[in-house]
Amino acid sequence: MAGPAGAPVKRTAFGQLGIAGSIAAVMVACALLAPLLAPHDPYVGMLADRLLPPSWLDGGDVRYLLGTDILGRDVLSRLLYGARVSLLVAVAAVMLAGIVGSTIGIVAGYFGGWLDSVLMRIVDLVVSLPMILIALLVGVIAGPSLTNIIIIIGFVLWSQFARMARAETLRVRQLAFIDLARSAGLAAPRIMLEHVLPNIAGPLLVLATLQVGTVIIMEASLSFLGVGVPPPAPAWGTLIADGRSYVLSAWWICIFPGLAIITTVMTANLLGDGLADRLDPARKAGGQS
Amino acid sequence: MLKYMLRRCVEMAGAMLVMSLLVFMLGRALGDPVSLLLSDYATAEDRALLTQELGLDKPLAVQYLTFLSKALRGDLGRSISADRQPVVDSVMRRLPASLQLAAAALLVSLLVGIPLGILAALRYDSWIDHLVRGIALVGQSVPVFWLGIVLMFIFSVLLGWLPTSGYGQLRNIVLPAATMSLFSIAAVTRLTRNSMREALDSDYVRLARIKGLAESRVIWQHALSNSLVPVLTFMGTFFATMITGAVVIETVFGWPGIGRLAFEAILARDFPLMQAVVLVMTALFMSANLAVDVLQAWLDPRVRL
Repeated sequence: MAGPAGAPVKRTAFGQLGIAGSIAAVMVACALLAPLLAPHDPYVGMLADRLLPPSWLDGGDVRYLLGTDILGRDVLSRLLYGARVSLLVAVAAVMLAGIVGSTIGIVAGYFGGWLDSVLMRIVDLVVSLPMILIALLVGVIAGPSLTNIIIIIGFVLWSQFARMARAETLRVRQLAFIDLARSAGLAAPRIMLEHVLPNIAGPLLVLATLQVGTVIIMEASLSFLGVGVPPPAPAWGTLIADGRSYVLSAWWICIFPGLAIITTVMTANLLGDGLADRLDPARKAGGQS
Repeated sequence: MLKYMLRRCVEMAGAMLVMSLLVFMLGRALGDPVSLLLSDYATAEDRALLTQELGLDKPLAVQYLTFLSKALRGDLGRSISADRQPVVDSVMRRLPASLQLAAAALLVSLLVGIPLGILAALRYDSWIDHLVRGIALVGQSVPVFWLGIVLMFIFSVLLGWLPTSGYGQLRNIVLPAATMSLFSIAAVTRLTRNSMREALDSDYVRLARIKGLAESRVIWQHALSNSLVPVLTFMGTFFATMITGAVVIETVFGWPGIGRLAFEAILARDFPLMQAVVLVMTALFMSANLAVDVLQAWLDPRVRL
């Protein structure tokens, strides 16, 4: 966003962060409180009520706000429970990738030398491989499972955390307090954990927030293809796959989960951008678009 | 230049080797290789024959070398489905359709994205500029398979303009190619816009203007040729999103390419077929990236260092 550096820009950044943060908080609350909020059981349908349109349309039923699917299950309830699955996978996979990638990046950046060269060559290699194909292959070999999908996506994403953590560590390593800690005789692991990590946590947090959006789309794509979160868990990608065959007669089954994905991903991206601006106002003033 | 090309080729061969090792190890580590490679209806003789053929009693390294030397000769085994076709044949038969779709999507993204980007750069901060940025923001958040279903719903079901699926005629390719290119149109537009704006502010464009060249010549010759390099750099990302795109979009539109083949392999839990799809897609992806790198090095000598 263009604009002169200074107060007005800062205010927009805070506004964006505030709005995105509130939407994110509501979504997380919906996911956590799904059992209380959902009007129906997401797994059990009333066959008599199958394929009902959303309540505001002709033939809709007030009991089913967003309509029902082919087995008479409430679309809204499935969406709410789906939020739990999608957010759980996103948070767990990003945390896994973040912990593994940051550790490798900090170690490479802190020690430098041959260890750095070796680790970064591995990262370059991983980046150059189309990892999503490995995810599909594992789906075929091992079959879908919640744990598999988290590990696979974590494995796809760690390299970006490693690159960023290394670059940031190189920057921090030059600073005086690291020298001070070293000459005070602190062990390397302790310096990395207590002095390097807190000082590079900001950019890593921004990356993690932006990655949540990527993971949600990736998980939805894999679930759509049948190698993601296994049924009957109502992952959003699975809901779209289920509704795909009925799009002619019952569009609501697959339109609403898509809207849920778009909202979540946009929120995560706005939140990440807002965080980045907050942590580093110069970035915004620098004319990023 | 030659040295750079050679280095990139060696790197690519190395990466390909790692991918084949990864595929091999996953097949051995996560499942029983004999049952992964044979269907549930295989006889005891089939199993014994395959066990011997794979040399499962031999060390893993020997097994990998056998796998590799066969793969290099174009033998990745047979499908576990009833027809027991060599998987490489199935992949090769499906390849042209995928390449057509990818080429169409690439062409559309460049033909739409570059002019839009130029327009947005020349009309900086106008409605078209804002529209382009808005599309880029939303485009990043939409899952392509859902977009495909929505486009199909609108243009095939509601309006009845285009077929929902099929292959062979021009009208069949419109919806899948549009779905696949939407995200990259946004990215190409944004990149062209940004680098074009930078170029318009640069010294050499100012110099060209001072020399009294016509404005159209300044824009088309001097500014544009320099602002297309970042677009080229983006191609690497484009090819990566194309892989997932190919699988989900071909599945949605019933497009008979290798993406759809991958989905069929998933449904049938056909490991040999999936293995072949993964290796062929990796090879395509890497060759495409190599071509872009070489083109970029040719255009911009700094890259070669």
